[in-house]
Parts: sequence; structure tokens; C-alpha cells
Amino acid sequence: MTRTDPVSPTMAPGARAPAKRLELVCPAGSLPALRTAVDQGADWVYLGLRGATNARNFPGLNFDENGLRQGIAYAHRHGVQVLLALNTYPQPQSWTLWTQTVDQAVELGIDAIILADLGLMQHARQRHPELALHLSVQGSATNYEAINFYHERFGIRRVVLPRVLSLAQVEHTVAHTPVDVEVFGFGGLCVMLEGRCTLSSYVTGASPNTAGVCSPPEAVRWYERDGARETRVGGLLVDRYEAGENAAYPTLCKGRYVVGGQRYYSFEEPASLNTLTMLPQLLAAGVRAIKLEGRQRSPAYVAQVTRIWRAAIDECCADPEHFVARAEWQQDLATVSEGGQCTLGAYHRPWK
Amino acid sequence: MKLALGPVPYYWTAERLHAFYDTIADTDVDIVYLGEQVCSRRHSLRLPDWLSLAERLADAGKEVVLSSLILVESESDLKSLRRLAANGRFRVEANDMAMVQLVAGHAEFVIGPHVNVYNPASLGLLIEAGAVRWCAPTELSAQALAGIVSTLPATVACEVIVLGPLTLALSARCFTARHYNRQKDDCGFICIDHPAGMPLTTQDGQDFLVLNGVQTLSAKIHSLLHDVGSLRRLGVAVARVVPLGENMAPLLAHVRARLDGRIGDDTGQDALAGLVTGECCGGYWNGLAGMQAGVSGVRGTP
Repeated sequence: MTRTDPVSPTMAPGARAPAKRLELVCPAGSLPALRTAVDQGADWVYLGLRGATNARNFPGLNFDENGLRQGIAYAHRHGVQVLLALNTYPQPQSWTLWTQTVDQAVELGIDAIILADLGLMQHARQRHPELALHLSVQGSATNYEAINFYHERFGIRRVVLPRVLSLAQVEHTVAHTPVDVEVFGFGGLCVMLEGRCTLSSYVTGASPNTAGVCSPPEAVRWYERDGARETRVGGLLVDRYEAGENAAYPTLCKGRYVVGGQRYYSFEEPASLNTLTMLPQLLAAGVRAIKLEGRQRSPAYVAQVTRIWRAAIDECCADPEHFVARAEWQQDLATVSEGGQCTLGAYHRPWK
Repeated sequence: MKLALGPVPYYWTAERLHAFYDTIADTDVDIVYLGEQVCSRRHSLRLPDWLSLAERLADAGKEVVLSSLILVESESDLKSLRRLAANGRFRVEANDMAMVQLVAGHAEFVIGPHVNVYNPASLGLLIEAGAVRWCAPTELSAQALAGIVSTLPATVACEVIVLGPLTLALSARCFTARHYNRQKDDCGFICIDHPAGMPLTTQDGQDFLVLNGVQTLSAKIHSLLHDVGSLRRLGVAVARVVPLGENMAPLLAHVRARLDGRIGDDTGQDALAGLVTGECCGGYWNGLAGMQAGVSGVRGTP
């Protein structure tokens, strides 16, 4: 297991910590996706096991024990580390499934586990004192006091920040915690504060926290009506498209609703987060790792985004002052974006 | 069972807040949660104002708890949390782990419904840190709650939200400002013009949500009042009502009567319908979608 202690207690006063590499953390919803991510230059791959223990619980996705074993072996052969996302919140009736999953992943040689739940974190720390723990974005820690709570009690090594902070807030957070900070660089964008959103369970009964899903496919229905296409989640009309309009996946917070007599995207247009242009600032802010979203996406998507982000990170780290997000990278990323659109999300001032 | 009133989720003027709490002082609510928990930009009352309001309610015999912000992003948010934690007089309700970090080991606190507690191990850890009461997240079913409450030490009380709109999401983005095409930094505090939030409907006219600045509420009113018997059997010690308007006194009197068994389910639901506008829901309690109707497994009053 690789240790990446954020602060060396033996460092001489005034000595500068050695510059750290900006790491790339890539999604793997399947073994082929994992191999692709490794081949295209990921530093870490993150994955989930089948079932409700992780926040991308889609049919046909994720790993069984054998797949996990093979995935870890392949990644380790190529010097890449494997993260298990176990980032839903276990309830009393199914508690042992989650604790057993932690134990099983450790036995199989996982490099770190991404957790959100306090109780599960305590279990992991007590049972596996050497295991590296990352606080999931679902842990909903948006400030250094919250992050330091998890650090002091469980010695977390890394936190994945919810997509609600501005660049200045990210920088301020990094400066006030010994915990490494990972931010999302690209992919599907939660508009709401992750880990505290129950829109999906309000409409469908299943939420990211409880079941690892948001606006799940089994609750989605499409209808043709008077030449228009309607998309419903849990029976509720999320959007209606006229002929010729591009239809997007009906995530509840990305529908068109009516407020004050106006029909519009009341929360956010379907668009992907893309922070490629901000890489130098994120690097300067002391961010330790960039995470790409998309465990539910195909190996082709994983190949595309991993290749581009690897190249961009390498160029940026070599010469941050002259870094330019190349037009061909941006074009290729746009083709795999939600609705073909990209946004800087909370990093963009008017958005906030 | 004690009756609690949650913090006002909407942005009200100082006059409106003072008038509201004047009426609350005369109700037989046991616990009052005070403070701004939605948006750090709102400032019709500042901490000293909240504290003097708290003293007035304490003089009227209420237990007062100061609720903390849910989404804590900036250093100035943290500073206001620190001031709240150090008030030296009233307990705080932690709605983010930042507040837990600030009070852990220093003062008794209430775990608010916005801290993610889904199992006994998580709750146990917070109790060790000093929690004396736990308000359950609304997403939890009665079955899940039973599995957690059964492990509570006698010194720690369980609180459940029994009536009010559900807080479904918070965001860095202000959806009221978005509606008016304003930036959040330059919002002009427009949400003060919407003292009950802005209703959002689907394109086919179904009431769905209520926009309240950075907070998104349910349009339906979550109600567990049909299931007071099971709340009691589970050992729930405090029933919380979320303010859903300015005229709360008759509604609180109704809830008090339901909790005390003076009004039974047979007539209670009809009376409730006359006191709240809009539909009620309660699906979460039965492990269903939250917007579904609450179906009581247990009829009648004990």
C-alpha cells in the first residue's frame, strides 16, 4: 500500500515540501473500462461493487469479487492504484453487507476506500488501521472544519470536494487542512450539494445516499404525445420536447419546469462540468487530484476522457504558465458531454 | 411527546420574524429552533438579534436551540458558526459536520436533520462527541428509525419531523436569483419578496417543488400525524413541525392535540386539511417515495 502522508512531521521549519504530482482519478464501471483507464494513463481507477453499496448503482455495471481481483491485478501490474467507492449510507437492516464489503476489499488488496458514512468509517479505521480512507463527495464536506473532523477521528488521507465551491474557496480549504484535496474535473454535474439531496428519493423512493442512484432508469418513462416527446420520472413530467429538440436523460434537477408562469430549466441545463481551462489554477491552489466522473459510461468514453486529461495534466504540470487547453481536446470532450454542452459549474461566478 | 418548532426556512423581514415569534411565545410549543440555516447572505436578524429573541422565548418557558447553516462554504460562514458555537447560553443544532467539529467535546448539542445519520454506529459516534438529541433525516423509514432508536442510550432523545415541507436539496446556486436572471452575489435579496418561496410546477401543472433561494422544498406537506401511535411506540420523544406560514398557532394547537390523543385519526386528518393548503405526503415513513401519501399501518390513537 502506498502511503501519501500529506504533512511530514520531520520536515525542517521553513523547508518547502516537495512539489506533488497532480493525480488523475478515472472511473471504471467494468473490467474493460478499468483496463482502458489504466492503459490511457490513469493514476488511480475507482470502481464499485454490484449492488447498493456505491453511488453508481446501475444495472449491468460494477464489479463482482472475481472482477475486482482481476482489476486490481491489472492495475497494480501497471503501477496504478485502485479505489473502491463504498459511498452510500448503510441502514440498520443491511449494515453488515457494507462492513463485509470493506473487509473483502481489503483482503483483495484494494489501495484505498472511498466512504461517506461516519459509522462505516469508524469500522474501517478500527478493523483496518493501515487502510487509506478517502472521504467521498457524498460525505458532503464543503469546508475544512468538516474535513478536519474526519481527519482527526479517522485519519482520512483525501477528501473529494462537492461541486459547490469557488476556486478561492477550494484554495482556502486546501490551505487549512492536512488532508489531500481531490476535485471533479469533468463529467456529469450535480447542481445540488452532493450527499444532502433527496430529490430522487422524494420522487422515486431511491436516492444517492440510500441506494446509490439518482433519477434511476427504472423510474424513467418516455411517451409520444401530440408530436412531442414527454419524459417522466416516477410518473412526474420532467420535460417535454418538440420535434427536432434534443432530448436529455431526465435527471430531476435538469428538467424544464414552470415558475412564475415561465417554462425554463429552473435549476440547470443538461451540461457536463469541464474544468480543463482551469488546470493551472487548480494546480496552484494545491489540489492533489482531479477526478473524472462516469462509471456508468462506456469504455470508449473512459478512453477518450482519460487520454485527454492525462495529456493536459502532463502539459500543465510541465509548464503551468503557458498551459493552454487545446481546441481539439475541448472538441472531443464536448462530444461526450451531457447535451453536448459544458459548464464551469460553481467555478463560474454568474453560476453561483 | 414534546412539540418542537423548526427554524423558519424562508427569508422574512425582521418585523415579520418578531411578529411570528410573538405568537409562538403564546403557544404550547416546548422547543423552538431559531436562526438562519438556508443562506448566509440573509441578514434581517443578526446573531445578537437572534439571541435576544431566544431570551424572550426562554422567558416564555421555551427550550431554545440555535440552528446552524446547512451549506457551509466560506471562512465567513465558519466565523458565524464559531460565534454561534461560542454563544455560551443556548444549545446549538448542528446541520453540518463543521458545527459538529466546533462543538464536539465542548458542549452538548442537537444533531439536526441535515447531518447524515443512517445507522446506530454513526449516531453513537456523535453521541460520544456530545449529542444529546437527534433529529432524524426525513428520508429514513419507520423501519430504519426503529433499528436506530432501539440502540439509543436513555440520555439521548430522538426527534422526528412530523409536519412541514421537506428540505430536498441545497445548492451553491440560488434558484430564486436565477428566476430573476440575477447573479447570486447581486441577488438584491429578492427572496424576501417570496415569504413562502416560489411554487414550481411541472409542465402539466402538477405542484412539485418550492424554490427558496439556495434551498429546494417539497410542494407537498410531509405529515406523519396519521401515525402518532407508531411514533410513540418507537420511543420518539420530540415531534418537530417546520414553519409553513405565518399563522402557525392554530396548526400547532392541532398537532399538540393529535400528539396528546385529544384528536384521533378519524377526525384529525379532516381538521388538518382545513389548516394546511396543498396536499400532504408521508411516503418516506413507509419506505416509499417521499411524495407518496402516507399510509398508516396502525390506525387509531393509543
